[in-house]
Amino acid sequence: MSTKKNPYSAFSLLKNALSYHENWQRAWRNPTPKTDYDIIIVGGGGHGLATAYYLATVHGITNVAVLEKGYLGGGNTARNTTIIRSNYLWDEAAQLYELSLKLWEGLTQELNFNVMFSQRGVLNLGHNLQDMRDIERRVNANRLNGIDGEVLSPADIKHIAPLLNVSPDARYPVLGASWQPRGGTARHDAVAWGYARAADALGVDLIQQTEVTGLRRQKGAIVGVETTHGFIGANKVGCVTAGNSGVMAAMAGLKLPIESRPLQALVSEPLRPCLDTVVMSNAVHGYISQSDKGDLVIGAGVDGYNGYGQRGSFHVIEHTLQAICELFPAFSRVRMNRQWGGIVDTCPDACPIISKTSVDGLYFNCGWGTGGFKATPGSGFVFADTLAHGRPHPLAEPFAIDRFYSGALIDEHGAAGVAH
Amino acid sequence: MLHIYCPHCQQHREEDEFSYSGEAHIQRPSNPEILTDKDWGDYLFFRKNPRGLHHEMWYHAAGCRRYFNATRDTVSYEIMETYPVGTRPQIAPLPTIGDDAT
Repeated sequence: MSTKKNPYSAFSLLKNALSYHENWQRAWRNPTPKTDYDIIIVGGGGHGLATAYYLATVHGITNVAVLEKGYLGGGNTARNTTIIRSNYLWDEAAQLYELSLKLWEGLTQELNFNVMFSQRGVLNLGHNLQDMRDIERRVNANRLNGIDGEVLSPADIKHIAPLLNVSPDARYPVLGASWQPRGGTARHDAVAWGYARAADALGVDLIQQTEVTGLRRQKGAIVGVETTHGFIGANKVGCVTAGNSGVMAAMAGLKLPIESRPLQALVSEPLRPCLDTVVMSNAVHGYISQSDKGDLVIGAGVDGYNGYGQRGSFHVIEHTLQAICELFPAFSRVRMNRQWGGIVDTCPDACPIISKTSVDGLYFNCGWGTGGFKATPGSGFVFADTLAHGRPHPLAEPFAIDRFYSGALIDEHGAAGVAH
Repeated sequence: MLHIYCPHCQQHREEDEFSYSGEAHIQRPSNPEILTDKDWGDYLFFRKNPRGLHHEMWYHAAGCRRYFNATRDTVSYEIMETYPVGTRPQIAPLPTIGDDAT
């Protein structure tokens, strides 16, 4: 649903072409913050903007501000490898990621913004007997949860990705793979921009260049946030700050079971179309897809140590490129164009934290670690519900912070894909 | 790649000889039988994860195979000092243990 007065359409494209595309309306306002809001979202990335959007559409709460210290979608939303899938092992995680995948499937229409969601399928390769056992188990678990999945043989894989080396002579031969046809990729910026534009149209204030420097509390309850542009009041604050969640928690005197680590990715020069699916391998550790522009988008592992530097170690990408060259010998002479790092908030069980805290009115949505992009719509949907009603959404309930005291961890290290 | 000074080997060596073992100065509970679930959770999972100076443990896996501590800036990645386990850091001395505000 979009309440925009001037929706994007073929007609609007034609109309604006007549004026040389110089009169397009602004995608969103740049408002001055009010003195107080019903709900403040800290963090203007994909998850934060999605939260604001679903607060406005599903719950009718539009007196909402999203505070962003930089620009919208400039953190991990801009730094990931855009892979979308829902083939997680455990019921709790599978249902959350599947909700997200279902929302992705209608997102372009809903937001009136082309998020370029492309269901080109995701392959997770197995290189040894144990990998294949895990893959069989995970695919069976997925199918029981109504999630599409198949176990493929090397011959099937060769058919899908002809450049992939499935020779038995490889150092780590490919023995098979799991295949989720509904998985794929989307355009990372478009997701943030689409949610931002739709939320803004519904009255949500998107406030950029405004960093939260403190959380003001009275009698154990949140009353607002201190920012670089002064105090803004709200009785509910949702922190969706990924790698900086530990910093936000410390402002409220809390600790989180999270370590912030740099995670790297890199892209090559643009090539002719040569890989029309997503290929991931846990065992040799590399994942790769080709963007619509033609670049190979390659994801590396996390650095070994905590860091906030938004850059990564060279030996980590070297290791990943060794794996990519092993899988795709044809790529060995491709030149790399850019490399970057983002700060991911890794949790001990590789699952997110979507939770109330011991401070009344303070909520956290964090710990997505190395795989948050795919969850953007679902994360926003359940977090909006949690904030609106002051109790966890049924799908978010297992992801409460209390699980680190009860012991009910949801171990998704296998399906999370990135070694950490 | 970081160059890390191992206080046992008394040499600067490259990062990939080492492995990281997380926050330092976390004391193993001396009275496990009376610990509550909350105490166990805090001990096992909850970390300071600071943006700035961090006291952390490293393991010289491909060297002397011994643990030591380091004080490192988690933004610039500069290693200020390394020191043996059981000693106090010289830089940004730890606040008194047990003062965690919650």
